[in-house]
Amino acid sequence: MLNGIRRISALAVAATVVLSACSSSGSTQSAAPSSATVNCVAGSITTAGSTALQPLIDAAAKQYVAACTGATINVQGGGSGTGLSQIAQGTVQIGASDVLANSKLATPDADKLVDHIVAKQGWIMVTNKDVTGVTNLTTAQATDIWTGKVTNWKGVGGPDLAIVLILRPASSGTRATFKKLVLDGANEATGNTLTEDSNGAVTTAIGTTDGSTSVIGFAYYQDPANAGKLNGLQLDGIDATTANMSNGTYKLSADGHLYTLGQPSGLTAAFLDYMMSPAIQNTLIPAKGYGPVVH
Amino acid sequence: MVQLTTANRLASLRTAPGLRERLDLPRRVVFLAAVSMIGIVTLLLGFIAWQGIQLFVKDGVPVGQVFSATWQPDATSGPTNYGLLPFILGTIAVTALALLISTPLSVGLALFLSEVAPRWARAIVQPALEIFVGIPSVVWGWLGLTILVPFLHDTFRHDFVISLPVLGDVFRVPGFLTGFSWLAGALVLSIMILPTITSVSFDAFRAIPQELRTGSLALGTTRWQTIRHILIPAALPGVLTAIVLGMTRAAGEALAVQMVIGSQPVLPRAVTQPIETLTAAITLDMGNTVFGEPWQDALWTMSLVLLIISVASVVLVRLINKRRMAL
Amino acid sequence: MSASTTPSLHLRGSRRSILADRAATVVLWGTGAFVLLLLGSIIVHFGIAAWGVVSPSFVLSDPSDTALGGILPILWNSIYMLGLTMLIAVPVGILGGIYMSEYAGDNKLTEAIRFAEEAISSVPSIVVGLFGLILFVDNFHMGFTALGGALALTMFNLPLMTRLSEQALRAVPQDERSASLALGATKWQTIQHVVVPLAIPGLVTSIILTAGRVFGEAAVLLFTAGLATPAHYDFTNFNLGDPASPWSPLRPCTTMAVYIYKLQSEGLGIYVSKVVDGSAAILISMVLAFNLGARLVGRLLTRRLTAA
Repeated sequence: MLNGIRRISALAVAATVVLSACSSSGSTQSAAPSSATVNCVAGSITTAGSTALQPLIDAAAKQYVAACTGATINVQGGGSGTGLSQIAQGTVQIGASDVLANSKLATPDADKLVDHIVAKQGWIMVTNKDVTGVTNLTTAQATDIWTGKVTNWKGVGGPDLAIVLILRPASSGTRATFKKLVLDGANEATGNTLTEDSNGAVTTAIGTTDGSTSVIGFAYYQDPANAGKLNGLQLDGIDATTANMSNGTYKLSADGHLYTLGQPSGLTAAFLDYMMSPAIQNTLIPAKGYGPVVH
Repeated sequence: MVQLTTANRLASLRTAPGLRERLDLPRRVVFLAAVSMIGIVTLLLGFIAWQGIQLFVKDGVPVGQVFSATWQPDATSGPTNYGLLPFILGTIAVTALALLISTPLSVGLALFLSEVAPRWARAIVQPALEIFVGIPSVVWGWLGLTILVPFLHDTFRHDFVISLPVLGDVFRVPGFLTGFSWLAGALVLSIMILPTITSVSFDAFRAIPQELRTGSLALGTTRWQTIRHILIPAALPGVLTAIVLGMTRAAGEALAVQMVIGSQPVLPRAVTQPIETLTAAITLDMGNTVFGEPWQDALWTMSLVLLIISVASVVLVRLINKRRMAL
Repeated sequence: MSASTTPSLHLRGSRRSILADRAATVVLWGTGAFVLLLLGSIIVHFGIAAWGVVSPSFVLSDPSDTALGGILPILWNSIYMLGLTMLIAVPVGILGGIYMSEYAGDNKLTEAIRFAEEAISSVPSIVVGLFGLILFVDNFHMGFTALGGALALTMFNLPLMTRLSEQALRAVPQDERSASLALGATKWQTIQHVVVPLAIPGLVTSIILTAGRVFGEAAVLLFTAGLATPAHYDFTNFNLGDPASPWSPLRPCTTMAVYIYKLQSEGLGIYVSKVVDGSAAILISMVLAFNLGARLVGRLLTRRLTAA
């Protein structure tokens, strides 16, 4: 049945992206120093996937498009699964994922993809403001809390307050990474828990719920809208900073993957190069709460 | 029998079909347009059913497992188990509570509009209802998230307990953990289905012949007695239809519910606690899973369940109405 | 049912029954007041929330991460999506309505069409979205496009459009048809020159009512038209094949309702909730406008056509 439709799809009109190199010679006169180094290619591409990487890709795309007239980059979220599914199908040009493609996709599909690691992303454990006296959790303590062995903050040296876990959806990259790196694969408790997908709902819930805790991306933690609403915790005595993430001491971090179907070309290649350029790696990435992969 | 008058002969000449008329292109075109809906339904049912059974066909999950209570789709931590019972019961629970809240209100409103309201009041309330229909579900969800959820949490955060001297606690509902809950989902839904139930019940009340009312009132009954003993029984099939339609809408609503329900795949126990519906699970997990993965196949099975619910409700409405015709 | 049709006479005029009647009347008035109060408070809420957010520049400028920004591209997308959907749904819906009102006999096929009509109307929008995802995005290899979104929305709206136009056409008195046929017009000529023109007010109303639904729909579009935030649109680019052109149907197309959903879940920055409130206020105003528009246009057209 699906094959039948696929055959029909050959007749369907597909968007043809006409890529043409545009000279960047004109941009040397420009006052903006960054545009001198940008390799401008005209065209239109779409990226889809990880919402954790989205703020970075979105900001980088805006910079690129601002420097290069004739280039359009649509940045979509949708989740890592969407990114991997759509890049494997070839319906987008870049698929963003928090997790490795071969952990999700079957081998033949995963093998066709080319991985571009553009940044490190980190997550931080946060609590409600009422959880005073807890500034650090060891991996063992965190595991006890998230698996439901410890259900009161006094069990880890905090106040006498019941712990409320605010989970991310089981399928999300954030939860999968936390489960792998901190919980060592153990399943989360289901008692005093709540699942929120949206960053807004998570921060609202933590802000208003006594004794609540969750894990959020650095980019969201440092969002000015959340300033003063959350307590950020150390993990194993290490501060959750991009510097500690880059030097490898803070372990709750993972590579941000941008996948292409085969080797990239045209605007896709130019944009991926731009993601690795000093303008992004040294300036934008730290500013947005990510870690550089090129020093 | 037919007299061969000139007029008749002319008429028969005129109706002798030419080629163009015999082809009757317009008829074919409008026919195609109408029949396209059968095509759409077939395609939709076919595709969703095909995707929905992949969990059993391709991934080899026994059909019975779907009716178990454990949802453990993550292969990285232990053996998987695709129990959809929490979601199915969650959908039923939140829909039932929404209907419980919305039905008395909506039927009352329909009665108000058809029996009580003077012309001017109807002229205000009816357009207001139409605007209700038009308010997008994401806006309801946003209102739920920013107003209802904090309100529930702030107001009812403590356990509600009824204690008797000897028996001790006879009734206990835990307070709201966060406000994201079964009740929050049901409240948002009850407002969303209010216009549906109201307008369909209103039509049912309007369809009752005026003589029934005048006859009853002439016997000296009050308006309320007429409503209770005559109008409501007479309009019952229509009101039932309205409730089924409201139910369908509530069971299928996705975004607004997902925004306030808290999404915990557990069996529903207390209205103050988070539960998860089929639609919420699809919304949350579809984007994070990849095509062909058993986890995503389970989500397609969920949409097949939703589709079955909605087709079943159409059949149910037809049965209700057939009985009405028979009566 | 039959037992209760004759109320016991001893209740007649009794104090209790009069009190019950009064109480019921109060309660029923209460339901009406409740709905008005609820709608009123929602409108006031968004009025207050949108105060200081919604301005000409909010409507007419591009979104921004660091400032309040605007919603121009998204608003444009909503209007564009509406136009594209109606371009497909209106002709098909009206033609289908003509078949159902003028041609359909009392047979199994008509019954099947009606069943299909009801079945599609009852399918949850998220399921229609998933269907669009698998059919248009993946199998037709279109990716996330406005066209895919519009096609999925058409499926979703076709039953409503068909049913409303059927009702509008059926409302045309039978005498008009008989008169036309008696004058020697063919059936199609009658439909074309008599029935459809007379039904225009009803048809216009059904178009506007269907359009209102397109505006608020998010679940269908989430999976078919995508949720990219366009930074800037060049409205002078009329090249339909260029996915960068705001006029092209083959580009991702985030509409207002989807944008609200996206912002509340992924948005960053202190302006997010303001932008959501402002967008919601605009969305509600447009729905209001559609409703008022449907009434007004319907009334005007009826007056004009009946006067002529």
